Amino acid sequence: MSHFRADIRQRAEELVALYPRKRSAMLPLLHLAQENDGYLSDEGIAEVAALTGTTAADVRGTAAFYDMFHLEPVGKYVVGVCTNIACLLAGGEEMLEHASRTLGCAPGATSADGLFTLEESECLADCNIAPCVQVNHRYVRTTTPEAFDQLVEDLRAGRLDHDVPSHGTLIRVKRQGGLKVPAEDIAAERSAAIAARSARAEAAAAAAAQESK
Amino acid sequence: MASLDAPRIVSSRRDLADSFTLNRYLETGGYVALKKALGMFPEAVAAEVDAASLLGRGGAGFPAGRKWSMLRRSAISYLVVNGDESEPATFKDHYLVERDPHQLVEGVIIAAYALQVNQAFIFLRGEFALGLERVQQALNEAYAHGALGPKIFGSDFSLDIVVHPGAGAYICGEETSLLEALEGKRGFPRIKPPFFPAVTGLYGEPTVVNNVETMSNLPWIINHGGAAFAALGAGRSTGTRLFALAGKVKNPGVYELEMAKNTFRDLIFDPALGGGLAEGRSLKAFVPGGVSAPWFGPDQLDTPLGQDEVGALGSMLGSGSVVVLDDTSCVVRAAWRITKFFSRESCGQCTPCREGSGWIERIMYRLEHGGGRMEDLDLVLDLCDNIAPGLSWPPQQTTICVLGPSIPSSVHSALTMFRDDFVAHVNHGGCPHD
Repeated sequence: MSHFRADIRQRAEELVALYPRKRSAMLPLLHLAQENDGYLSDEGIAEVAALTGTTAADVRGTAAFYDMFHLEPVGKYVVGVCTNIACLLAGGEEMLEHASRTLGCAPGATSADGLFTLEESECLADCNIAPCVQVNHRYVRTTTPEAFDQLVEDLRAGRLDHDVPSHGTLIRVKRQGGLKVPAEDIAAERSAAIAARSARAEAAAAAAAQESK
Repeated sequence: MASLDAPRIVSSRRDLADSFTLNRYLETGGYVALKKALGMFPEAVAAEVDAASLLGRGGAGFPAGRKWSMLRRSAISYLVVNGDESEPATFKDHYLVERDPHQLVEGVIIAAYALQVNQAFIFLRGEFALGLERVQQALNEAYAHGALGPKIFGSDFSLDIVVHPGAGAYICGEETSLLEALEGKRGFPRIKPPFFPAVTGLYGEPTVVNNVETMSNLPWIINHGGAAFAALGAGRSTGTRLFALAGKVKNPGVYELEMAKNTFRDLIFDPALGGGLAEGRSLKAFVPGGVSAPWFGPDQLDTPLGQDEVGALGSMLGSGSVVVLDDTSCVVRAAWRITKFFSRESCGQCTPCREGSGWIERIMYRLEHGGGRMEDLDLVLDLCDNIAPGLSWPPQQTTICVLGPSIPSSVHSALTMFRDDFVAHVNHGGCPHD
C-alpha cells in the first residue's frame, strides 16, 4: 500500500524509470515526498527508500545534506529572504527582520498559525531585484516592507494560490514524450557511430600519411 | 565608451515576452543549427566549437572544445549540463533557463550529437521552480517537434534529456559534487585525481559536464561558424559573455557584452548598462567575478572584461558576476556575510574548509557586531593562510575542491584594501556605519 497519493506514486515510478540507476531519482523523489506531505515524513522517507532500493537511514542522511528538504513539518508557505552580498547591499537583513516581525516568528521558525515558515536564504540568483524573497521557491519580487506585508495578506487570503503553489518544486514539472527506443537499439546505434568515426579517423590519418610522403 | 555593437549571441530574445515558447523560438531561427549539425559529421561539429575557442562559462573558464577532445579518445557515456547556478550575485543562467530554454535544449542536443551521446541530463538548482518547468516544457515541445527523442529530424541520431532538480546546496555546482547528487547521494566533491569527469564521471563512466551558458552558445556557433565566434573578443576571450551586475548601481541586470572589448568601468557606468552609482555616491570596491574572486578597487576599473586580463591582476572573471560596493557599504560586513555563506555551504569533508570557514566567520562577526580585538586582524589572515597557504592567486589548495581556497578571497581583499576600516571597527567596538 503506497503512502503517496496515486498520482504522485505514478510520477515517482516514472521518474525512477528515467535513470540508468534507481538511486539517481533520490532528489526528485524527495521533492515529491514533500509535495505529498508538506515535509519529509517517516512514511514518505520509507517510500523513497523502497523506490530507490536504499534504506530509510540512507535516505534521511542524504536528505539532511540539502537545504530544501525539511525533516520536520513546516508551514504551508516557506518564505525565504536572501541576505547574501547583493541583497545585503540592498537591505536584505532589514527585510528579514521585517518579515520576522510581520510573521511573528524568528528565521528558522514557523508562525503560530502554522501557515508560514521563515528562512534566511543564501543567494537565489535574482540579484537585480533585491532584496530577493521567495515563497515555496517562487520569486515573489517584493522589495519593500509594504509590498511584503501585502504579499502576506494575499497569501493568507488565498489570492496567490496559482502563483505560489504548495510544496514540491516539481509540482508543475510534467514530462511528456521521451525516448521510447529499446536500450539495445541505442547501444547498437552508438557502436555503429563509433565504428564509423574510427574508420573516418583512420582514413584521415592514412590520407595525412600519404600526403607527408 | 562602451562597445555595444557585437551581436547578441545568447540573449537575442531578451525583449520578447514569449521567448520561452517553441513557436517563438522557431520564428526566430530556432532548431536551424541542429538540422545543420545533423548534416555534418560529429567531429566536424566538435571542430567548429574548437575553432570558436569557447571558454566554459561556468567559472573555471576551461576551453569547452578541449574538454570534449579529451573524450574523443574514448566513447563517452553521458553529457551533463550544470545549471546549479549558486555563486552569490550570479544570475545569468537563471535568465537563460527561464527566458530561453529552447536555446539551451538545442545547444545540448548539438553537443550530444558532437559527442555521440544518447543520454543527457540538465541539472538545475532546485530553487529554480519556474526554470525547471520551462526547461521541461521546452523538452516536451522538442520531443513533439521531432527535435528530440528517437531518430531526430529523421537522422540516425537519438537522444533523451532528463531534467534533474537539485535541492539547495551551493557545492553541487562543483562538477564532481553535482555528479554525486545526480547519483542520488550527498553532494560531496570527489577526490582528485582523476581531475576530470571525462575519466570517471557519472556511474564511473566517461562524462562531459558543461555549463548552461556554454551550451546556449552552440546554436549560434553552428549557424555562423566557429571562426565568426572567435573573431569576437580578444586573445583567449572569444565571443560574448553574459555579465550579471548587482549591488550599488542604478541598473543592476544581466548584460551580454563582447568579451575583452569593454571594461569594468563601461559595465558599471555606461548609461546603457549599469548606469553608474546613485547620486553623490562613489565606488569603493567591486567583486569582479563571483564572491570566490579577490576584489578590485577604483584603480582596476579600466581592466577589460577578459579572462586573462582579469587573471593578470590577481583575480578572476569567474562566473561573470560583478558586485559594486559604494562609499556607504561596510566592507567588514560584506566580507563577513560572504564568509558566513561559505561556512554554511562547506560540505564538511575537509578540515581546513569546515573548521576554518566557521572560525573566520565568528571572528568577522565580532569585528562587525562588537567584541573584535586588534589581534583579530592578524588572526583572521593566519586562518586564511591555513586554508590557502601563501594567500596567492590562484590559491594553493589544501582541500578536495576549490570551495576551501575561495573562502579567504573576500576577507583577505577587504583587510588588505581597507585595513583602516577594520581598525575603526575595533576602536568603535562594532560597525561605525550602524
